[in-house]
Amino acid sequence: MTNYLDFEKPLAEIEGKAEELRAMARANEEMDIEAEAAALDKKAADLLQDLYKSLTPWRKCQVARHPERPHCRDYIEALFTEYTPLAGDRNFADDHAVMGGLARFNDQPVVVIGHEKGHDTKSRILHNFGMARPEGYRKAVRLMELADKFGLPVLTLVDTAGAYPGKGAEERGQSEAIARSTEKCLQIGVPLVSIIIGEGGSGGAVAFATADRVAMLEHSIYSVISPEGCASILWKDSEKMREAAEALRLTAQDLEKLGVTDRVIPEPMGGAHRNRDAAISAVGATLKSLLAELEGKTPKKLIKDRRRKYLDLGSKGLAA
Amino acid sequence: MNWITNYVRPRINSIFSRRDTPENLWSKCDGCGTMLFHRELRENLNVCTSCGHHMAITPRDRFTALFDGGIFTEIDVPTPLEDPLKFRDQKKYPDRMKAAQKATGEKEAMLVAEGEMGRTPIVAAAQDFSFMGGSMGMYVGNAIIAAAERAVELKRPLILFSAAGGARMQEGILSLMQMPRTTVAVQMLKEAGLPYIVVLTHPTTGGVTASYAMLGDVQIAEPNALICFAGPRVIEQTLGEKLPDGFQRAEYLLDHGMLDLVTPRTELRDELITITRMLMGQPPAVAGDLPAPGDVADATPPETAEEQPAEAPQK
Repeated sequence: MTNYLDFEKPLAEIEGKAEELRAMARANEEMDIEAEAAALDKKAADLLQDLYKSLTPWRKCQVARHPERPHCRDYIEALFTEYTPLAGDRNFADDHAVMGGLARFNDQPVVVIGHEKGHDTKSRILHNFGMARPEGYRKAVRLMELADKFGLPVLTLVDTAGAYPGKGAEERGQSEAIARSTEKCLQIGVPLVSIIIGEGGSGGAVAFATADRVAMLEHSIYSVISPEGCASILWKDSEKMREAAEALRLTAQDLEKLGVTDRVIPEPMGGAHRNRDAAISAVGATLKSLLAELEGKTPKKLIKDRRRKYLDLGSKGLAA
Repeated sequence: MNWITNYVRPRINSIFSRRDTPENLWSKCDGCGTMLFHRELRENLNVCTSCGHHMAITPRDRFTALFDGGIFTEIDVPTPLEDPLKFRDQKKYPDRMKAAQKATGEKEAMLVAEGEMGRTPIVAAAQDFSFMGGSMGMYVGNAIIAAAERAVELKRPLILFSAAGGARMQEGILSLMQMPRTTVAVQMLKEAGLPYIVVLTHPTTGGVTASYAMLGDVQIAEPNALICFAGPRVIEQTLGEKLPDGFQRAEYLLDHGMLDLVTPRTELRDELITITRMLMGQPPAVAGDLPAPGDVADATPPETAEEQPAEAPQK
């Protein structure tokens, strides 16, 4: 059973009808509905294409947050071998919103780090909906140091609504933890590639996505603030999220123009959740080619180029 | 009426305040409500003489009080693209900018300067909360990079006074990108072995705290300053729980190990002199050697012809 987004309602109707017909046919073998069902399938496919051909920024936010979208764990399971999770920040706790550890990517040992949102109520609570506390960023810092020490590339998978706004998180230095993680990203002398697979929410995303190469899935977003948050501040009305999403330029396509992302990874028709395997292997191929671009660079050169990239960022607007 | 309150009155106020002759001789303390004589309040760096409440101070006034004799040279900040996203909410971004420039008389939300503080050469940067909430956009990023580059060039410490609601939403992702950009600036200082001292002032929140404002070698805050990543209202809404008294205030952060010191504004200058001189391996400052801020007669003569008083001294 697919989870439909509000703008997919007409699609849900058609797909539901086709499904109903087939169920009836299964119950009554004399019925011949295949032609009719096939026509409905075609209609659904056309509509899907129509809907996804030009998604508005707000609809992209919805797709990026789709509960069935592949999450960090899915990518790690499919694309890496010998994944060995490493836990804890050696200071206070292990934050389950951030998963990471050693793994092999195409046989090459790497460190992989990412936000995990969870896929059902129980796992969502365990992973705190992918919203990290300070311990998550401190664990990431520790893993990046490990990678730097042993010369392993770091791959990060970003998918978070943002850092967790909580009392304990604030008391334990949420902002300092994010700042240190960003700082560590800029200090390590190993290749650092980041993929935004869903939501790139504000500081929580920057802490992992300050990388040599940043790629985004076609319907992922990356923003300084959620459209709802922006709407409630600037429009004084959180219902104006459509306008805010438009104004913030948070889509992968706009961010490529601004130079924030280096590559946009095409998603299967109807979004990554409609064909998870295809989306995951597209991400795998991109990771491979971006890592190849960085091969042979010395640690010094990697750090220098990474810093230069961020210092130069913002010199071109959208107009170009 | 609207036109008068929104436009005419601020204009008149700004003309008068530039001439240092306030139209109203009394201001009310935001903390205790005591009526304070304007000049006395100014001399006390906008700290209430009755209850010690710290009110906002503009970067220009702060620098006048910080640098010997009130003398400092502004450092040029490269101008970024204007309105890179063509952002429009209820107002256009360039219109909001113009309004902020008119209201504050400043170009943007950060002022960068070099000069001497207790005969200790420094570079200083101060964020202006009155300019669009001190928000961090490309200009603020450029300002911090310019400050760091100048400090490295002159081999001087950088002292940064933060005050901001967070990132500038009107610059969208490019404001977020100031987090890594300013972090690079801090790294330049660290690699050059130069002190980077952050003074967190009320309020410092959001992406600003999650980047340059929390990366200082020494972290000082002014009393009762609100310092946080997620603001108290956001947390209360998310958790539906009442937060403890003093939550996210300077003293609370000090208690939780997030700061080195909480120092009243009136004692800040002496403390900064002490700390920077030790970190720079300079001899202790001799008390008599410290010219009083704003007292031009005692000040070190300007190093170069370019240096000029930023504002006429008071009195």
